[in-house]
Amino acid sequence: MIEVEQLSKSYGPREAIRNLSFQIEKGEVVGFLGPNGAGKSTTMNILSCIMPASSGSVKICGFDVFEQSLETRKLIGYLPETPPLYSDMVASDYLTFAARLRNVPSRKARSAVEQVIEKCSLKDVSNRVIGRLSKGYQQRVGIAQALIHDPDILILDEPTIGLDPIQIIEIRKLIQDLASSHTIILSSHILPEITQICKRVIIISEGEIVAVDSLESLTTRLRNGERLILKVRRSDGETIEKLRALDQTNAVVEQETGQFTIDCEPNANIQDAIAKLALDNNWGIVELKPASMTLEDIFLKLTLEENEVKP
Amino acid sequence: MKNTWIIAKRDLGSFFSSPVFYSVTTVFLILYGIVFFILLNSFSFASFQTHQLRGADIGLNLNEMVIEPSFQQMAVILLFIIPLITMRSFAEEKKSKTFALLLSSPVRLEEIILGKFLACMIVISLMMLLSGYSIGYLVFAGQPEIGPILTGYLGIFLMTGCYVSMGLFASSLTDNQIIAAVIGFGIALFIWFIGWGAQAAGPELGQILEYLSLITHLQHFLKGLIDSSDLAYYLSFILFGLFLTHRVLESSRWR
Ligand SMILES: Nc1ncnc2c1ncn2[C@@H]1O[C@H](COP(=O)(O)OP(=O)(O)OP(=O)(O)O)[C@@H](O)[C@H]1O
Ligand SMILES: [Mg+2]
Repeated sequence: MIEVEQLSKSYGPREAIRNLSFQIEKGEVVGFLGPNGAGKSTTMNILSCIMPASSGSVKICGFDVFEQSLETRKLIGYLPETPPLYSDMVASDYLTFAARLRNVPSRKARSAVEQVIEKCSLKDVSNRVIGRLSKGYQQRVGIAQALIHDPDILILDEPTIGLDPIQIIEIRKLIQDLASSHTIILSSHILPEITQICKRVIIISEGEIVAVDSLESLTTRLRNGERLILKVRRSDGETIEKLRALDQTNAVVEQETGQFTIDCEPNANIQDAIAKLALDNNWGIVELKPASMTLEDIFLKLTLEENEVKP
Repeated sequence: MKNTWIIAKRDLGSFFSSPVFYSVTTVFLILYGIVFFILLNSFSFASFQTHQLRGADIGLNLNEMVIEPSFQQMAVILLFIIPLITMRSFAEEKKSKTFALLLSSPVRLEEIILGKFLACMIVISLMMLLSGYSIGYLVFAGQPEIGPILTGYLGIFLMTGCYVSMGLFASSLTDNQIIAAVIGFGIALFIWFIGWGAQAAGPELGQILEYLSLITHLQHFLKGLIDSSDLAYYLSFILFGLFLTHRVLESSRWR
């Protein structure tokens, strides 16, 4: 569906992305992950024909985004990093304009607008001027604009930024609903969000891809070594020392009083030893469990490793 | 063509909801009103005098004494007014990042530019329509020749097209409306000065400069003549401005 090959883009002398190659199949939901300035928005701008790349090629449904740009644009709904909103327009007029611009015939425009208003829960504000809406509602109008022509491909640059927690959940649900019938690429800083919505992530850092993989395999691939979380009722200064003194522990960190994370060798099975230690010292175990490595850890690990390798 | 109209319609909506449009229109109407009042006054004074002097009504030429100069003054006022109308066209879209919506839609850049051009032309035509009370009054009260009035409006309209295409070019260069207006004034005045310089330059250069000047070509229209070379001049001027705008917008995507 989307084939990106050797994509590079320079802003003057500054290289924003370098030789990105990846593929996205029809119906996939792919998360785009990377620290600030990694080149996520740049890549998304190129995919949605806002600007051409310096080199490389992008094919969307067989259309080249540079050469057959008009055909490609029909297939895409795009929410840029800054929602492209005319602040002097009434929300529903704006959506009608977006619909007409995206080739929705005028007699269908009205129902298209009503549908997205419903989907993005904009009913209360549809008659208000966009410039006076709160940031979250503006973001929703931006999302509505990307959905208006029911495109095959949705490209959403940080769709949930500025929304309240309830809205975030709603928009996530909306994206999950859309996932059944659309191909979706989204970037986000909120890492759990990617875990929830996306099956696959593309992690980029400083303009280069550091990982393209499904979430599960990323998690397993990176779990070299185990981490345990121990919570106890009573702890003193010696607790941490005693834990460190155990065989096979690499690092012990006290997160807050009475809560420790213990990194140990792979397959160490030291739960017994820890439990025994706790009983002997009468700490009162509240919890002892393996910590699953979050995407956040993976993300940090990958992007930091990448930097260490560099000269 | 459909897309052009969709874009023009949105721009018109935003003109009519903006205070800039209303203040510019008011200033235009007041300035033009003053000019017209002065011209009309001196005309009636002059005809009163000739009436007294000669004792008979020989009829001074209304076209020459009022209508022609009022069109000329209108051309000057428009020179200052139009950059204020065109300044936001692209600058504002770039600043508020809404240009991304247009660029990611299945719309050609040419259609976007034409849409903006059309919107500005409609707005300015509306302003001219509002100022039409003056000529309307003359047609009603006196007996001017209708021919030169119609060709005069055609000339002014074409000239407006030139200003607008220059203004759009200026607006495509920047994302700051003020800078767009300043560049717009700059170009418009420069082209105005070309005609002025023509009188000072030698015969050959003078002729070239005179041909390039916007105002020279207006004269024929004001006299009631439609010359194909004037038409060609204005139309190619407009196309050239739009072409430059296109180049600038296209190349700014590559940067
Ligand atoms: N218009 C521009 N001109 C010059 N440099 C730019 C421009 N846009 C982006 N850059 C540079 O390109 C690099 C990638 O930027 P980009 O906006 O794609 O990052 P991002 O991954 O979207 O970051 P964020 O998470 O902050 O949104 C950055 O170093 C940025 O400074
Ligand atoms: Mg970004």
